[in-house]
Amino acid sequence: MTKEEIIQKGSLAYEKPSLLNNNTMHYCPGCSHGVIHKLIAEVIEEMGMADKAIGVSPVGCGVFIYKYLDIDFQEAAHGRAPALATGIKRVLPDRLVFTYQGDGDAAGIGGNETLHALNRGEGITIIFINNAIYGMTGGQMSPMTLMGQVTATSPYGREAAIHGYPLKLAEIAAQLEGTAYVTRQSVESVAAIRKAKLALKKAFQISMEEKGSCLVEFVGTCSSGWKMTPVDANKWMSEQMFLYYPKGDLKDITKKEKS
Amino acid sequence: MAKIRGAVVIDQDRCKGCRLCVVACPTQTLALSTTSVNHRGYAFSEDVNPDACIGCSSCAQVCPDGCITVYKIREE
Ligand SMILES: Cc1ncc(C[n+]2csc(CCOP(=O)(O)OP(=O)(O)O)c2C)c(N)n1
Ligand code: SF4
Ligand code: SF4
Ligand SMILES: [Mg+2]
Repeated sequence: MTKEEIIQKGSLAYEKPSLLNNNTMHYCPGCSHGVIHKLIAEVIEEMGMADKAIGVSPVGCGVFIYKYLDIDFQEAAHGRAPALATGIKRVLPDRLVFTYQGDGDAAGIGGNETLHALNRGEGITIIFINNAIYGMTGGQMSPMTLMGQVTATSPYGREAAIHGYPLKLAEIAAQLEGTAYVTRQSVESVAAIRKAKLALKKAFQISMEEKGSCLVEFVGTCSSGWKMTPVDANKWMSEQMFLYYPKGDLKDITKKEKS
Repeated sequence: MAKIRGAVVIDQDRCKGCRLCVVACPTQTLALSTTSVNHRGYAFSEDVNPDACIGCSSCAQVCPDGCITVYKIREE
């Protein structure tokens, strides 16, 4: 059977989600942001929430998500997405409200807002893309930068005596009374993508049930900031990042409810 | 014996040549072009070995830009 015949007679096994439009994404080749955008689009589509979803995107490479997903979006100032999402969710409680924030944004300049919004138990999901660097501005050190990691502003590697330690934001969030679900995922392989999608769906469902706030961290790559090929970046992430940022659920109140 | 056959359609204008699909493919169906680039200068992904494809969708799932559509059929 020829390729043309398979396409004609066979069944469709995969196509990009219809909520992801045809605008060319500005992300560098291989950037994790793209895969995560696809997952968000797929989950919203599967939940039938396209008309009810509102994303909030602050500053960082991911700000342009509003150009690529055909749902409602609001831009926010750097680090301020959780406050904006709080306002939107309180005025429109039937909406699926989420933020899309990088590590410089959610853990750095917006760390205060992130923790307080989560601790107020707002019915929102914070999607937190941890690539251990300020991608958009050219690869400066972020709160999540690993010990020893070389960045534009830590040319000799991150050192505790000068720069302090990487911030385990998800571990802190899991300790807060206001959070219902806190998980750490990634998208470097088909298996990881499958797990991450389930986690994202769970977070969106919990935030719609207003059981508390949700944090979905994605450990991601920034091949440009890390100065690696995309394939090597996935490898470095798997070998280095997952050691300090282990994957899996950190808190899930729905499990407690069941037992 | 029934055999699963697959086929991929790659949006080569959208492709940025990141190579993530090439390494995700379990059957070495894909490779980046060594002879051409697209309008943005990227050496795009091609199904250089189309008969090997089993339609598993691994390539399409890891593609950050949603460039790959996958079809599958059971060949009797
Ligand atoms: C108030 C303010 N301060 C600083 C900046 C500059 N700035 C733009 S993006 C960015 C860092 C973003 O890093 P991150 O949130 O990790 O996102 P990434 O690009 O890595 O995905 C900074 C500091 C800004 N736009 N606004
Ligand atoms: S700078 Fe980094 S985070 Fe930004 S698009 Fe490029 S790879 Fe992605
Ligand atoms: S569908 Fe599977 S076998 Fe076919 S090209 Fe993609 S990864 Fe390779
Ligand atoms: Mg970052």
